[in-house]
Amino acid sequence: MIAKKVQFLIFLIFVLSIVSIAIFAPYIATHNPNEAILTEATKAPSSDNLFGTDRMGRDLFSRVIYGTRTSLYSTLILVLSVLVLGGILGIVSGYLGGFVDVIIMRFADMMVSFPGMALAIAIAGVMGPSITNAVIAITMVSWTKYARLARSLVLKIKHEDYIKAAFMSGTRTHNILLRYMLPSVLPTLIITAATDMGGMMLELAGFSFLGLGAQSTSIEWGYMLNEGRAYMQSASWLMIYPGLAIFITVVAFNLLGDSLRDLLDPQSEDQVLQKKIRKTKGESLA
Amino acid sequence: MLKKQLFKRFTQIVIVLLGISFMSFLLIYLAPGDPVRAMFAVTGSIPSEEAMEEMREELGLNKPFLVQYGDWLSKCLKGDFGTSYSQGRPVSWMLSERVAPTLNLALLSLVIMLIIAIPIGVISAIHQNGIIDYICRGFTFLSISMPDFWVGLLLLYFIGVKLRLLPVVSTDMGFKKMLLPAFTLGFAMAGKYARQVRGAILEEMNQDYVSGALARGISASTVLWKHIIPNAMLPLLTMLGLSLGSLLGGTAVVEIIFSYPALGSLAISAITSMDYPLIQGYILWIALIYMLVNLMVDISYSYLDPRLKKGV
Repeated sequence: MIAKKVQFLIFLIFVLSIVSIAIFAPYIATHNPNEAILTEATKAPSSDNLFGTDRMGRDLFSRVIYGTRTSLYSTLILVLSVLVLGGILGIVSGYLGGFVDVIIMRFADMMVSFPGMALAIAIAGVMGPSITNAVIAITMVSWTKYARLARSLVLKIKHEDYIKAAFMSGTRTHNILLRYMLPSVLPTLIITAATDMGGMMLELAGFSFLGLGAQSTSIEWGYMLNEGRAYMQSASWLMIYPGLAIFITVVAFNLLGDSLRDLLDPQSEDQVLQKKIRKTKGESLA
Repeated sequence: MLKKQLFKRFTQIVIVLLGISFMSFLLIYLAPGDPVRAMFAVTGSIPSEEAMEEMREELGLNKPFLVQYGDWLSKCLKGDFGTSYSQGRPVSWMLSERVAPTLNLALLSLVIMLIIAIPIGVISAIHQNGIIDYICRGFTFLSISMPDFWVGLLLLYFIGVKLRLLPVVSTDMGFKKMLLPAFTLGFAMAGKYARQVRGAILEEMNQDYVSGALARGISASTVLWKHIIPNAMLPLLTMLGLSLGSLLGGTAVVEIIFSYPALGSLAISAITSMDYPLIQGYILWIALIYMLVNLMVDISYSYLDPRLKKGV
């Protein structure tokens, strides 16, 4: 247990240092990330431009550093919106039951029986490319997991005596939801969200890579990779460094998420997956 | 009993497809941008207001929403998904052209994934908590955390550009062209599967029948190969079904990197050119194929696992 705590601490420091890179970007960056000097275009990495320059002559190192901001910020917004939407729908669905439950859960079933990313790509594409729309699109297809989780937790405590007592003494529904249901559901949802950060970050970067997320006005790693792709033969650094930045950040969040789950949940992920598969197997034949 | 389940599943599929069709229609209906303008933009001409109004009349775009949806749905049921705005060809043709390359790529990537994931998962489980296990888990972690588009770009760069082992761009649609994209997809999926295999094998190892077999003096390797591995592979089927389903929806990122024309890149080009009938057709196609694949997986379970047939 102590080893696990130490491990968690190390990963936490890893993540916090990435966060501080984002916060202190102006002090770390060596150049203005948006300053284009066309005479300096696609220069190889040197002591002046650590990661070289892009096709507009902008310093890649500074752009990668500033990219941390976009990536962390948009991923955080995405995870929060998925958590809030899924959490609210799940709690309401579980507590109210009946018709509301049927509608919400059938809708969730429908979303699950469909490859989410394909739908998200279509939604993002139709709404027009921007980070905001990419976040909305991914939220629309990812909330179901959190809703199911919140609903199952609510169902577990719904028939506890203290909830009944609250109901009997005339506590209003929204108060029961906010004061009793939410606090018991939130910790699990937050842990799930923490373990999902890395994956969500990859999805967002993938959207930007496809040109459906960030646009040229913002500094984003996925978009940088997409731009650098065309210069693979002449300027390979344009596709190596932004990719490395995504990779390192995702690794940091995945390590932290895994160790957080290890710490709080004695059940290993393997077993959880195993159970899930058995459950879907059972459901499909029930 | 099986017939009853099948019937239930079919009605479920029909209901979900109806829902998806309604959603995809609504999505396009609410979409900003004028499809008629987009159609003219493709031809490069600047139309008069009357010409655009005529076009709207012709396409039925000025009818009420539900009427449009009904018209569209009844056409879809006859297999007519409309005509692509950007290319002027029937959407069903454009989709069906891409089915074979998509299927080939999906199957090859699954094979590559299994070749990587199963040995790693098995070895990792046998050497649980040993050095080899940690190395294998490190690989698993790498596969989960590396962006697939970056893996694709690096492969293209090192194997295609630096070593020149495989063609970077070729018109030939054969095996060689599929190898790099399939490897990229296979590598990205392998981590998840290796974890699953490891977990399943560890769980089987703790079963009573394993101790029983070992106590009867059956060698450990026989138990592993004949009992543990076959039993541990069964749960992979659900995951494989889900993976195949989403792979058949196209893998836009990889297709674009390796300029491999399958469904994913078709969807992206449909989106960038605001080709609404094509987007709708694509969404319906993936919904259908995803559900059919998963239905097949469920049916095959009852054949592969006798316990389920008896309803135990």
